Amino acid sequence: MTVSLPAPAAVRRARSRSLLSRATEWVVERLLLVCAFVSIGTTFGIVAILGVETLAFFQQVPLFAFFTDTQWTPLFSDKHYGILPLLSGTLLVAGGAMLVALPVGLLAAVYLSEYAPVRVRAVLKPALEVLAGVPTVVYGYFALLFVTPILQTLVPGTEVFNAASASIVMGIMIIPLVSSLSEDAMSAVPRSLREAALALGATRQETTVKVVIPAAASGIMASFILTASRAIGETMIVAIAAGLQPKLTLNPFESVETMTAYIVQVSLGDTPHGSLEYQTIFAVGTALFVLTFLLNVVSLGVVRRFREQYQ
Amino acid sequence: MIMTTTAQKVEAEKVEKDIILDIQELSVYYGKFRAVNGVSIPVERHKVVSLIGPSGCGKSTLLRSLNRMNDLIPTARVEGKVLFQGEDLYAPGADPIDIRFRVGMVFQKPNPFPKSIYDNVAFGPRINGFKGKLDDLVEESLRQAALWDEVKDRLKDSAYALSGGQQQRLCIARTLAVRPELILMDEPCSALDPIATLAIEDLIHQLQEQYTIVIVTHNMQQAGRVSDYTAFMNMDADRAGYLVEYDATQQIFTNPQDKRTEDYISGRFG
Repeated sequence: MTVSLPAPAAVRRARSRSLLSRATEWVVERLLLVCAFVSIGTTFGIVAILGVETLAFFQQVPLFAFFTDTQWTPLFSDKHYGILPLLSGTLLVAGGAMLVALPVGLLAAVYLSEYAPVRVRAVLKPALEVLAGVPTVVYGYFALLFVTPILQTLVPGTEVFNAASASIVMGIMIIPLVSSLSEDAMSAVPRSLREAALALGATRQETTVKVVIPAAASGIMASFILTASRAIGETMIVAIAAGLQPKLTLNPFESVETMTAYIVQVSLGDTPHGSLEYQTIFAVGTALFVLTFLLNVVSLGVVRRFREQYQ
Repeated sequence: MIMTTTAQKVEAEKVEKDIILDIQELSVYYGKFRAVNGVSIPVERHKVVSLIGPSGCGKSTLLRSLNRMNDLIPTARVEGKVLFQGEDLYAPGADPIDIRFRVGMVFQKPNPFPKSIYDNVAFGPRINGFKGKLDDLVEESLRQAALWDEVKDRLKDSAYALSGGQQQRLCIARTLAVRPELILMDEPCSALDPIATLAIEDLIHQLQEQYTIVIVTHNMQQAGRVSDYTAFMNMDADRAGYLVEYDATQQIFTNPQDKRTEDYISGRFG
């Protein structure tokens, strides 16, 4: 049997590229490069501006005072530049949100991955993810106008603006983040490991707790880290519902101010460019950046130490 | 006709033999698909029974219905009986958790937990509330699985540090640690090299003194080497697996009663 093939020369000629197509390729390649650099460049730009303005800030405010002063009053006549009240406000609200989101999110993930019938899961998972698509300003007003009145009835003396309300609602907002990512991590654990446990007489619960969750630990931790970063960086809910009073307190029913809320407050005001007040937001921004960064580093270390990596 | 005589002979033998597991007219369905059709196999205590047959004839499905692992597949259901020590595994009150504790299983691909060697073996005893000396039980199980000497100095190492053959023996040790009354093996050597395979086969011989083993294998030589009895399964045009012949391994390989068995073991199909 003979198969008729075109002569090699003909194939080569058909493949030789015109000058135009080569030029197009050169342009496209450069275009892609530029696109890639837009985001990288922006990141570098942000870090550079943060750095410059933060340096300018610390030429006037000593680093020691920044970390030890217990008052944050740059906009008043009696000026104090202690980050602690903002830091405590941030950690209080974010910690509260994690307290809500981690258990609920993790249990939801366990249900979706280990217990839910296929059809229930097919409906529930996307539905949960819709929660993440609600604009945060909606959550903010939901906290202020719905959750806060309830809290005020339950806990008399709760201030109109308070950390608890923001925490609860922020927690609800980030549940899908925890559940979705944790569920992915658990679903990725090979079936053979579950079968091994079940074949030894383990119940579904024992299999989940002793095999699936440890094997998925790094993914679950990653979801926690991402969620914590999101909670710390969240702005709208806290600006609306948690208040604008930098207060060094652990009482969730009082008004507090978070780092992000402070940045919003100054940005919306008429603080002149280049003033020390203006530079405070960059100092706070840098602190926020460092906080999130540290959180990531520490958590990654923890994950490396304790994960059970499956093959 | 031959099947009937075989069945009658087997029935008669059951009376005088110590039957630990009696599969009676077992059919397994996945939804509407019948994967196994009316299989009856009596398994004698302290014997090794191998299930052989072409791919897709329902060997693994049959095996997985013996410790109710098929329960994990939502559409799976069975008809017929599986009497284990006289109790029907599919009786309404039967607890699959308890059954799986008593009927151990070793899988095709080694599947150790991503934990230490020690914790792998200790897993079963721990979840089943073992009260005695765990260290001794772990050592004893690893010894029975012929792995102790290779791992005794590194019990805290990850199970993944072991070779494939060692991992499979670890999985066997993990199964032995709950002292099952019956062990099911689903092509336990298919992912292993010839040397590791021989080690597992030796192990099966040794385990026979204390345990009863049902093993699915693709490898007829293996069936010949390790088992006392062999069940040859085949499938119909509708892909439902059925039992062709069940007899002493010696008999199946040297003097099969059924033409299909003979064709299969002589390599004419499958």
